[in-house]
Amino acid sequence: MRKRRETPEVNAGSMADIAFQLLIFFLIATTMDTDKGLLRKLPPMPDPNQQEETKDVKERNVFLVLVNRNNQLLVENQVLNINELRNKAKEFIDNPYNDPDLPEKELVEVPYFGELAVTKYHVISLQNDRGTSYGTYMAVQNELTAAYNELRNRLAESKFNMKFDDFDEDDPRRAAIEEIYPLRISEAEPRNVGGTK
Amino acid sequence: MISFRDKTTKKVPGIGTASLPDIIFMLLMFFMITTTMKQTSLMVTIKAPFATEVKKLEKKSLVTYVYIGIPTNTKVYGNIPRLQLNDAFQPVENLREFVEQERQDRTEDQRNKMTVSLKADKDIEMGIITDVKQELRKASALKINYSAQLGTQKAVFGNL
Repeated sequence: MRKRRETPEVNAGSMADIAFQLLIFFLIATTMDTDKGLLRKLPPMPDPNQQEETKDVKERNVFLVLVNRNNQLLVENQVLNINELRNKAKEFIDNPYNDPDLPEKELVEVPYFGELAVTKYHVISLQNDRGTSYGTYMAVQNELTAAYNELRNRLAESKFNMKFDDFDEDDPRRAAIEEIYPLRISEAEPRNVGGTK
Repeated sequence: MISFRDKTTKKVPGIGTASLPDIIFMLLMFFMITTTMKQTSLMVTIKAPFATEVKKLEKKSLVTYVYIGIPTNTKVYGNIPRLQLNDAFQPVENLREFVEQERQDRTEDQRNKMTVSLKADKDIEMGIITDVKQELRKASALKINYSAQLGTQKAVFGNL
């Protein structure tokens, strides 16, 4: 009678093997990488019924970046090396000395900052050829983004002693800085720049 | 010499393996939590371009992936950059339908937050990417992400 009460011990020797098998399954079937990249918003497709309206943008407000199929840059009608692009773009976006060749400034009432002169109408126009390599295009996009980010960070640090990225998505301080330095990169309707293919 | 030794010292004590399952389970838990299921198997080679200003895509369920690159199996599929949606090569014209389908799969309030992530190889030409972008505009999927990997400034200029 006494012997029957003793329950036999469960053999746990193969537990490790079972766990290993599960482990291997998860190693194979899953990936770790989270996607990272540059977020952009495409312009909506123009209505075909509507007449094509040409927006008049003053020449001084446009920062023209052309990339040809040999991956060379033409910025504001000058050949430019990519490592100078960031500073050039920063100077354009900020226009710190109110240069008449750089975008016009307008007084805007911004929360936290009060009335401020902002280059509200500036546009960075990026045009590329079909033969431009994607890597070059991304390098240009990266440099332009970096120009905005540096300006925004500089402002966020001097005013709030914080990095721009540390603000939450719906933080009013973030919106205020975005109002001062709005991301305005326009990509023209596709066309071939410099030579046909 | 050997004969002098005590017989009991010769035996190496066995390593206890009782905690092995627990260790493995811990590893298992780690992988189960940190990883996500693979959605598709890649049929194109993609070397993502480098960028310094990358941002993480927050909600995975809101992201639709579009792969563009040269097919891995060049003998069968040629060496022209192609578009891969889910598990098959597709002509660019089918992208609109695909996006529409993806939109249907999501709930009402998620639809306008949907992001299309372009995973493209850095050595391909912009032609196909421009076509894809135009097609996305037609499908009014306007939130896009150019997938990139975090790199140094030098790596970014190396993209050229």
